[in-house]
Amino acid sequence: MTRSSLLPSDAHVRANGSGPRRDRASVQFEAVTKRFDDGTEALRAVSFSVLPGEFVALVGPSGCGKSTLLRLASGLATPTTGTVDVQAAPVGYVFQDATLLPWRTVLRNVELLGQLHGVPKEERRRNALAAISTVGLSGFEAKYPRALSGGMKMRASLARALTLSPQVFLFDEPFGALDEITRQRLNDELLQLFQDRGFAALFVTHSVPEAVFLATRVLVMSGRPGAVIADIAVPFGYPRPPQLRYSAAFASLAGQIGGALQEGHS
Amino acid sequence: MSLVPDTIDLELGTATGVTDPAPKALRRRSTRRVVGPPLFVLALILVLWYAVSYLLLTPGRRFLLPPPQSVVAGGFLTWSNFGQILTSLGFTARTAVLGFFLATIIGMSLAVVMSQAKWVERALYPYAVVLQTIPILAIVPLIGFAFGFNFGSRVLVCVLIALFPITTNTLFGLLSVDDGLHDLFTLQGVGRHRRLWSLQLPAALPNIFTGLRISAGLSVIGAVVGDFFFQQGQPGLGQLINLYRAQLEPDPLYAAVIMASLLGIFAFVLVGFISQRVIGAWHESARTADRSNSVTKNRNH
Repeated sequence: MTRSSLLPSDAHVRANGSGPRRDRASVQFEAVTKRFDDGTEALRAVSFSVLPGEFVALVGPSGCGKSTLLRLASGLATPTTGTVDVQAAPVGYVFQDATLLPWRTVLRNVELLGQLHGVPKEERRRNALAAISTVGLSGFEAKYPRALSGGMKMRASLARALTLSPQVFLFDEPFGALDEITRQRLNDELLQLFQDRGFAALFVTHSVPEAVFLATRVLVMSGRPGAVIADIAVPFGYPRPPQLRYSAAFASLAGQIGGALQEGHS
Repeated sequence: MSLVPDTIDLELGTATGVTDPAPKALRRRSTRRVVGPPLFVLALILVLWYAVSYLLLTPGRRFLLPPPQSVVAGGFLTWSNFGQILTSLGFTARTAVLGFFLATIIGMSLAVVMSQAKWVERALYPYAVVLQTIPILAIVPLIGFAFGFNFGSRVLVCVLIALFPITTNTLFGLLSVDDGLHDLFTLQGVGRHRRLWSLQLPAALPNIFTGLRISAGLSVIGAVVGDFFFQQGQPGLGQLINLYRAQLEPDPLYAAVIMASLLGIFAFVLVGFISQRVIGAWHESARTADRSNSVTKNRNH
């Protein structure tokens, strides 16, 4: 954390960059600081990496810069100082809202990314139908988003991200607005996908149980300006049965992370 | 990636797929609910009309508002008058349609240009407001002197009156696209053409139709007003109304006014119908009939 560069000119994002020391990591943050134009410091000296096949969850109080961190990882924003390396293009990005185009049916929404990347029509339709079936939305292809529930919208959004088969997924509190039952079911299905596809994931959430249930590693962030204050490995293997949530080991780990969160907040 | 999108993001066909599966009896009941209230108000208006004609106005002053049956007889059933009114209505409609069409093209183009750069918006928008706030009646005679007193000037008045709602509503729609959707497109490295065609324009459609609906009625007003001042060329409703006024013929005069207003209503309804066809499947605003239905249902239970 002490190697934070002071020169803004050091700030850059390398989408496919492969530094000699870090070509193993899917996502690599090194001494990243982000200051907005109005002077507020969102992130201070953040360093961590996500290895291929790793599922890293990021928990922190609201306003700690979690979303900013994902925007940096995706290239939607650039760091003030430090470097961000992402070893895959395109990355899959699942937003807080489903961000579906209301004038397109589910099928045409899922086809959107392929269309924007110039994938031939038949191929992108095939990909879209496969992705829709993967997230369990078959039969809803012709529906407009307004006819879908919150959970179904998120499924469609997930299907859209899957169509480009990204090796790195960024999740920005995707299930935060859903009810607990729907959220747990989507968590189960997301883990299934994670096992099948073997992508690397960086998952932002404010729910400690969700983080513990999904991740191989949980990073805890402090309040603004955000910094990583704890890096806690989750010892459970995959597949993870839904009942895991109610085990003693799970509760104790969640308690440990909750404690770290409290410390960072005060 | 080509700059020209391979599909423009309108699904005209699918919007018609939304049909109301309500059983016949229910539909008949809802028709009565839709048509009933305005008919009731119409009856009230007629009662008021009779009251003013017969109770308020002395026979000598009744020409100010002749009773309805006199307007029907002298305006609608006297062919020499009504034929004239219909012919003029045709000319006025032609002016209004052309004016509306031009206002749509110019208005939307202005909005698109303004949406592309803040400085263009800053440069042009004040003048769009100025255009709207100038009392149009004051400059109509000047337009006549400058461009002649015929068809072209009538259309120009139409465009001037109908332009502003289209520009402002389109611009508002183009600029109020959700940030998340913009991020989604940015992540795919999309250029501004693609963003405009596949994101901003479809997202702005509900606003565009709001503007078009207002302007459809306004261009009819523009056509009549222009006609009022410009005496050359084929006579539209404005000239005819002027003529009936000069000849003190109130019956055809009221008939002409009613026909002008029916033309405006028709334009309004037509645009609403097209809007329902284009965006009804995915947007709430185009389905006001449905919504009022569910509201009455809720009120009843």
